[in-house]
Amino acid sequence: MQYLLMLFSDETAWQRLSSVEQEQGVAAYRAYTQALKEAGALVGVNRLQDTGTATTVRLVDGKSQVLDGPYVDSKEQLGGYYLIEAPDLDAALGWAARCPGAGHGTIEVRPIWAYPEQ
Amino acid sequence: MRDDASTQAAISAVARRSYGKLLAYLAADMRDVSAAEDALSEAFAAALADWSVHGCPDNPEAWLMTVARRKAIDGTRRRRTGEAVADQLKVMADAEAECWEAGDDEAIPDRRLALLFACTHPAIEVAIRAPLMLQTVLGVDAKTIASAFLVSPDAMCKRLGRAKQKIREAGIPFTIPERDIWSERLQGVLDAIYAAYSLGWSDMDDADLLRRDLVEEAIFLARLLAELLPQEPETLGLLAGMLYAQARCRARRNQQGEYVPLAEQDTHLWDATMIDQAEVVLRHACTFGRIGRYQLEAALQSAHVERRRSGRTDYAPEVQLYDALYALTGSPVVALNRALAMAELEGPAAAIAVFQALADDKRLADYQPYWAARASLFARAGNRREALHAYDMAIGLACDPAVRRFLQRRQRSMLAE
Repeated sequence: MQYLLMLFSDETAWQRLSSVEQEQGVAAYRAYTQALKEAGALVGVNRLQDTGTATTVRLVDGKSQVLDGPYVDSKEQLGGYYLIEAPDLDAALGWAARCPGAGHGTIEVRPIWAYPEQ
Repeated sequence: MRDDASTQAAISAVARRSYGKLLAYLAADMRDVSAAEDALSEAFAAALADWSVHGCPDNPEAWLMTVARRKAIDGTRRRRTGEAVADQLKVMADAEAECWEAGDDEAIPDRRLALLFACTHPAIEVAIRAPLMLQTVLGVDAKTIASAFLVSPDAMCKRLGRAKQKIREAGIPFTIPERDIWSERLQGVLDAIYAAYSLGWSDMDDADLLRRDLVEEAIFLARLLAELLPQEPETLGLLAGMLYAQARCRARRNQQGEYVPLAEQDTHLWDATMIDQAEVVLRHACTFGRIGRYQLEAALQSAHVERRRSGRTDYAPEVQLYDALYALTGSPVVALNRALAMAELEGPAAAIAVFQALADDKRLADYQPYWAARASLFARAGNRREALHAYDMAIGLACDPAVRRFLQRRQRSMLAE
């Protein structure tokens, strides 16, 4: 099964870190990604730009409305994701606990909707 | 009208003290853990209403037991699982009521042991035994257990439910097993306690109160077991091993909260009283002359703490202990630890050969301590490429942020050399 690990954290905390600490943080993520890869569990991964770059779009009365900023305005924001392959939820939770993001934020684990094969 | 808060506090105190004891009784009588839990929680709910009006009874356990038995009888009738069971419950309730009323703890045999054996029965899936034991014997709630075992609360509730259903439907006995299957069954109980303990031990970040509690609960269970089975050396071995490890708890982090490996720990921070306790328990275990896995593990812990007295660690006896342990368990983790002790005696080359041989073992592929040990071995041997990769794996597989930072520092200092 595939699971999406959504990494929520306070992005201002990252900006407050020294460059050495940031470097160490990036290295921890790199090692984690590597471990996922070697276990054959990694499907995809991306880090997102800060929410300052976010724009939301929706249709109101048939007209598109574009707004500056993220959809949810909260302290902890989606900062990236891992898409992983895991035999079950427990295995996915095991990977989530190892993610550096679990130490400085919260990780939401969601199974991917599986469509019946065509 | 009494103060609700004080009633609540009184009930919590009784629950902590006696939940397992009460549940063990009900479950053994009813041969059904979930029905017993229902009856007991109804009794606690009734206590909340009744005690806040009439005050806490002199013998709260007896009060709860009487009410829970009545609820159990009602429940059994309601479920129509047979008048016979209900009648039997009634007879037993009457017979034992006097003991409970008198508050005579000594007169009531402790049935928690039988409950422990039921929860760790071979017919129960291995992974759920420790959670089941924590829930029934100690009354730890399912949500807390789920967090500690890294499982979703919903899934944990379902699994616990299935296990209890199995106990009821398969007729798993609430008895202490016969001599001939004794050692195998006891192993199940010990393994479950140890599983709970090592889970709590492996991640002892300061913020992680849940897991730290798990360590305390496991030690409590081991003490209880040693009390109930004073003639079993393996039970004592398990208790001693956990006390040794726990004694080093404070030394595992420095003042900045950073991880400190065993060899670099300040021995003054080790809890001397706890180590002495462990020594006494282990020595007592050895007098029975029946060696086993948990006694060997405890003896290894004892070798580790020897540094407290002599200022150095002697690795030769450690290697011998690992040999004995490997002969018993055949575990790759034991082989790995033996190799590390060898590396201290003879240098990294011999250990590296063992590590290369273990590299194909699938059980170690995502075992974080394997990669951490491998990294330090290759770093010592001057093989930077292998060390770098092993550090990456160890960092990537680490759950504990302090351990992750520690390994990153080691990796950086290797690169800076």
